[in-house]
Amino acid sequence: MALTEQTRARVREIISRYPQPRSALLPMLHLVQSEEGYVTPAGVALCAEELGLTKAEVGAVVTFYTMYKRRPTGDFLVSVCTNTLCGILGGDEIFSSLSAHLGVGHNETVPGGNVTLEHAECLAACDYAPVVTVNYEFFDNQTPDSARELVDALASGAGSELPKPTRGASLCTFRETERLLAGFGDPRPAALNEGPAGEPTLAGLRLAAKRGESAPAYPDSAYPDSAQSDSARLDSAQSGEAR
Amino acid sequence: MPLTPVLTKRWALPRSWTLETYERTEGYRGLRKALRMRPDAVIALVKESGLRGRGGAGFPTGMKWGFIPQGTEGQAAKPHYLVVNADEGEPGTCKDAPLIMADPHSLIEGIIISSYAVRSNHAFIYLRGEFVHGRRRLDAAIKEALEAGYLGADILGSGFDLELTVHSGAGAYICGEETALLDSLEGYRGQPRLRPPFPATHGLYSVPTVVNNVETIASVPFVVLGGPEWFASMGTEKSSGPKIFSLSGHINSPGQYEAPLGTTLRELIELAGGMRGGSELKFWTPGGSSTPFLTAEHLDAPLDFEGMLEAGSLLGTTALMIFDQKTCIVRAALRFTEFYAHESCGKCTPCREGTYWMVQILQRLEAGAGTAEDIETLLDTCDNIFGRAFCALGDGATSPIVSSIQHFRDEYVAHYEGGGCPFSSAPSRHSQPLAGVHSS
Repeated sequence: MALTEQTRARVREIISRYPQPRSALLPMLHLVQSEEGYVTPAGVALCAEELGLTKAEVGAVVTFYTMYKRRPTGDFLVSVCTNTLCGILGGDEIFSSLSAHLGVGHNETVPGGNVTLEHAECLAACDYAPVVTVNYEFFDNQTPDSARELVDALASGAGSELPKPTRGASLCTFRETERLLAGFGDPRPAALNEGPAGEPTLAGLRLAAKRGESAPAYPDSAYPDSAQSDSARLDSAQSGEAR
Repeated sequence: MPLTPVLTKRWALPRSWTLETYERTEGYRGLRKALRMRPDAVIALVKESGLRGRGGAGFPTGMKWGFIPQGTEGQAAKPHYLVVNADEGEPGTCKDAPLIMADPHSLIEGIIISSYAVRSNHAFIYLRGEFVHGRRRLDAAIKEALEAGYLGADILGSGFDLELTVHSGAGAYICGEETALLDSLEGYRGQPRLRPPFPATHGLYSVPTVVNNVETIASVPFVVLGGPEWFASMGTEKSSGPKIFSLSGHINSPGQYEAPLGTTLRELIELAGGMRGGSELKFWTPGGSSTPFLTAEHLDAPLDFEGMLEAGSLLGTTALMIFDQKTCIVRAALRFTEFYAHESCGKCTPCREGTYWMVQILQRLEAGAGTAEDIETLLDTCDNIFGRAFCALGDGATSPIVSSIQHFRDEYVAHYEGGGCPFSSAPSRHSQPLAGVHSS
């Protein structure tokens, strides 16, 4: 896919979101990846031209950030958390097992395939350790076996039934994910409501309910008089839910 | 100490992320209350509540807001910005991501109230790039809030205008440091800035800027609605309010547990069903890898800002990573150090070079090929990083090493005396050379 006039129009739309144009550079680079699959020289040139920067200035930014890929990336970017906690709980075995299974190392794409493997730093899901993400959607509490099954299912292609993330939306491609990060949304309306919170997320809340514990009630002054009509509307909405 | 769900209380509701659910459960009532107050009164209220920053440093939130110059001259006359730090990446920390996914409107309501208080008409959420589902939920919630008149021009007829922009990062731990975050938001490499001047006067685009963590801002609607006394009825005198404790590691039920500040690890482990498989606690972090390791000796230390300082650590982000007796301390220290070496932005020499060389030494030690001198070299290197690095990343990098040697020096010795790791014959993962400067 080549960068088109539509890309340029989208770039200008991104620029319009910010008080100063250069702030648009990070989302612009996500947009480039959504079109090209990685940050290509043509993408760097486009960003430089639109922002009045040199290509070297854009390149300096590209090389700083891990999520900007400088080689073609597969449809599915598989990231294995190997920071200390996930690593010790099994992430290290998962990474080495996937690496051997796919025949690729960190930041490499299976030749002729659609899977790119990387090890990642802490993915902020430590209560689901060890975690693997595919295009940044979580597959929680993985084992070497489950992770191998996961990549095998991905390798069989986007056309077939794809594995479902534990939390988050059904998988889309790397390029489609990058489009979301550039600020152009997810064209699948259902994606928003997929993926309810997992049990660890709710562990404390469930336990509090079981033990009958809660935060202290608000004082009577919580809702000022002038808000009464508003509160009444909300109260009736709440009792509506109770029915 | 009882559990006190406040920020987490909506998380289990069906479609908790929608405006409909949020409005049914007192959503945007705090905003209505705040908009009837003067902005300075909102700042005073937040000051009175004792709310302190939830991103790690614990700076009093109301005081931070009070530093923003207001008036018609100099910096005060320029636009003001509120920037929410949603670049959650401190190892062990996993509270902001679930909050954003489950209850994005509480963050948005907090942003509107906070922006009103500091007189900002444009706010940004700097969202960690990897949080794609959080991005979906935020984008949708912002759209709903705009349509309902909570964002945009003349919010709820108050005359206050606010634009809110979500900005996805691109994978760099350093961007959680507030000045690096601002550089990144301006479209540069995320490297920290020299302070002073502080962001309060010269932040985003060199104008007055407040940078606050997600959990801090999401607390604001509750502080406004319940009032400062209600908020401070939870927690301790100097560390008020409820806090999301994120428990992970060798315990039976890892997860998010919201309880008053001052709760102890002993209480939290009990809540989380105890140690996994009857194992024993060996070491833990109170608030991420940048907070020095503690041991079973500190099980009863209160988890608040003062209590953790007294115990020789820091409260950080209340990311409690719990490791059992089968965990090799050298492996843990090495892996954290590899993380800091990878994430060092390269701007200052102590951090860039120090983390790089400490990885080499720790790899040697872990493999059983180290010497007694290596331990001293590590401590000496840490001494030359701590307080001499440009930002807190360097200081943080010394925490796992110094504290692990402090508590488990014998285990380091056992590695080189025994010619290998006493816990396992399997080598650690990393065989790839590490880039000294952050790179992909």
